[in-house]
Amino acid sequence: MDSLTNAVADVISKREKEITTRWLELQSKSGRRSSAAEKQEATRESNEFIDALKAASQKEKLEDIGAPGWAPMRDLLSGFSARRAKSGYTPTETASFVFSLKEPLFAAIQEEYGKDREAALAATWQTTTLLDKLGLFTMESFQKTREEVISRQQQELMELSTPVVRLWENILALPLIGTLDSARTQIVMQNLLDAIVQTRSDFAIIDITGVPIVDTLVAQHLLKTVAAARLMGADCLISGIRPQIAQTIIHLGVDLSEVTTKATLADAFAVALRRSGHAVVKNEKIAATGAR
Amino acid sequence: MERIPILKMGEFLLVTIQIDMHDRLALTLQDDLTAQIVRHRTSGVLIDISALEMVDSFIGRMLGTIAAMAHLLDAETVVVGMQPSVAITLVELGLSLKGIRTALDVEKGMITLQAALSEREEHADAGS
Amino acid sequence: MQVLSSESLPIRSSEDIVIVRQAVRKRAVSLGFGLVDQTKFVTAASELARNTLDYGGGGVVQIELVENVRKSGVRLVFEDQGPGIPDIELALTEGYTSGNGMGLGLGEAKRLSHEFEIWSKPGEGTRVSILRWK
Repeated sequence: MDSLTNAVADVISKREKEITTRWLELQSKSGRRSSAAEKQEATRESNEFIDALKAASQKEKLEDIGAPGWAPMRDLLSGFSARRAKSGYTPTETASFVFSLKEPLFAAIQEEYGKDREAALAATWQTTTLLDKLGLFTMESFQKTREEVISRQQQELMELSTPVVRLWENILALPLIGTLDSARTQIVMQNLLDAIVQTRSDFAIIDITGVPIVDTLVAQHLLKTVAAARLMGADCLISGIRPQIAQTIIHLGVDLSEVTTKATLADAFAVALRRSGHAVVKNEKIAATGAR
Repeated sequence: MERIPILKMGEFLLVTIQIDMHDRLALTLQDDLTAQIVRHRTSGVLIDISALEMVDSFIGRMLGTIAAMAHLLDAETVVVGMQPSVAITLVELGLSLKGIRTALDVEKGMITLQAALSEREEHADAGS
Repeated sequence: MQVLSSESLPIRSSEDIVIVRQAVRKRAVSLGFGLVDQTKFVTAASELARNTLDYGGGGVVQIELVENVRKSGVRLVFEDQGPGIPDIELALTEGYTSGNGMGLGLGEAKRLSHEFEIWSKPGEGTRVSILRWK
């Protein structure tokens, strides 16, 4: 079948222009309307694809697109589908790029082999199998890019939802909103410890007003965070302990005796201020005038 | 033979661990430090681990041993400069280094030592 | 799971433990591990390397780069021909918290890794493998 492999490469080199032109026509007809810039991009990508197809089919068998000779083509398609995924194209639109090449290629094979129906059929079959594989590969790459985007967004979301706030020179606050699972705890600890280093804070107040459920795991995560901050030389306080949470904690037998706990962030802040030797003094004059 | 240098800083001793210690070196440090604490009649030791990118259970035990030995010799110990990733790893391991004082850096470590010493004096006074 | 590359290092002295740590750190960095993940894995490696030396009478570690469908990771296989561990379950629960005793660090290494496997037969030796995915 080697002669056939070369035949496919042969057909492409002989009739490249007509194949490419017809292909581009089909691309612009299907799917979305594209701007002039997008059309230029499509032309460039199509030419690159044809070049890669020529090169690979001349060297390598058509059956295994995982072989090293097909690496440039795989890289090309990975890049292509990644770009399309990021630009908001659908998987179908993206894979159509490859599948729409079938029609012009089959037409070219027909013309080239003319009377020799068996050869034409064999070549057509080989071509369709190859393009199917390449099209499916394109779809897989597309999927992978989408998944990477989603996972990165999830990570960003997790990081954004754990801000560290500087209440005073050496006092940090960590208002936790939502659940505290082990993945989130890692991020919380990292953010908190980095903040302690940067601000040289002596106190960190972890406020759990916004944490709906406190079970054994959450309590363990909290204690871990407290322990980590302590290793960095910062004292931790936990605030926002609602009555129900207080009950749960006692029932669970979690030992918070080593940690200062307060019902509100304000109370915890007051304690931290006092411990760091700060006092809040009321200026009667200003208070009286009600100056803004 | 290589040794980890122990510097005298006022009334305290400062040990800066700058290299990836192998076990024998760690044990030598313990010996050297004990000797120096006695020699200078030091009341405080600062161990700077800001260059350590990893603290495993062996090093953790070493720090604990140093603190315990120093305490027997009437000196207080503070470990300073732990890197965040090291702290997180220790916590994952469940090694909270209980009984060992920690501070962010040498400056805060000194303040901690001063505080620990005056606390000790208070207790001593109260006792007598 | 595919093994993409493998590097073998001897563990015969405490200096070797430092070399192993550095080699593992390098591998983890090359794979793009975050700093905390690097530290966790290097710490686990240190624990097991020390076991191999102190309790196994010395041995070898295999540092492998592995790949599985969509993810890649680092696997370490520590092997010694030492006395072996009579009670693995017990060893896993002890460790640092037991104070001096065995202090095998096995539980520690397991906690810091994604996958953990141990084989040990008294009189024949021990093989411990830990893996961390990126």
